[in-house]
Amino acid sequence: MKLSKLLICCTLIFSGAAMAKEAAPMAADVAIEKRMVAISEELRCLVCQNESLSGSHAELAQDLRREIRKMIAEGKTDKEILDFMVDRYGDFVRYRPPMKPTTWLLWGGPFLFLAGGLAALIAFLRRRAKDNAAPALSDEERRRAATLLDQTKP
Amino acid sequence: MKRFLIPLGVFVVLVVFLAVGLTLNPRDVPSPLKDKPAPAFKLPQLAAAGTSFSPADMKGRVWLFNVWASWCVSCRQEHPLLVAFAKEGKVPVVGLNYKDQETDAKGWLAQFGDPYVLSAVDADGRVGIDYGVYGVPETYVIDKAGMIRMKHTGPITPESLQKQILPLVAELSK
Repeated sequence: MKLSKLLICCTLIFSGAAMAKEAAPMAADVAIEKRMVAISEELRCLVCQNESLSGSHAELAQDLRREIRKMIAEGKTDKEILDFMVDRYGDFVRYRPPMKPTTWLLWGGPFLFLAGGLAALIAFLRRRAKDNAAPALSDEERRRAATLLDQTKP
Repeated sequence: MKRFLIPLGVFVVLVVFLAVGLTLNPRDVPSPLKDKPAPAFKLPQLAAAGTSFSPADMKGRVWLFNVWASWCVSCRQEHPLLVAFAKEGKVPVVGLNYKDQETDAKGWLAQFGDPYVLSAVDADGRVGIDYGVYGVPETYVIDKAGMIRMKHTGPITPESLQKQILPLVAELSK
């Protein structure tokens, strides 16, 4: 039962990958193609902004993939190719924007929320602990409780 | 009563953020080319075969560089504005005919009017890549020294022309 589910999952995943491959024109050189895909996975297609450059069918994405292939063939490093894109389209093309003053909030935001959540949690727990603490009994109440407990004894 | 104030406050902040987010234009990506020299190129002119154009030809003048194509629907939207603007002759507009067919491009200009002092032909879109073009039409304001001073993505509107482009051109022309 479990195995068959796994098989279905695998089939679905790999058929998806196969379809994605089909869409891109196969370059003669497999190594170049592999590097091109790896680089373009990191880049945003600016035409359809929520798609990566590797997955997009937009004409500009095709042109840019062609440029990347050309640059790989020319022996450019991955960093040089990324810089080429950033120089033209800005940091926005990168799915992993660099750390700099304008992106500090972007990178640090989740941790700010985490800190806020932790502070709220601690405040809540402290308040609850205080509310739940056994109320102090006066001497009179203590005596009454003792007599009540004694009464229930068989 | 007080216990509701904090969630309410969080909710209000969230609504404000989302409301501001809705008014932003996701296409309005700041161009890294601003205040950088306009990338050099040499391309054939659309109208006159055998002639070429290079941004260096415009040195010493403030000019607009407008990327257009006959297949581009938004270009049709901004075109009448460009034609009217070009007639005023305030600033030369150079076109970049982006990934287009020559006959289509010429037909388009004949039909809708030609606001350009000339159009350079970027058939394979390679120059477009150097200029970071991703949504035709795009318009660049380039100063006398050949620096890109502004990039406008998408069709120019009367408002963006009056409020952004023209004041900048006036300032750069001083």
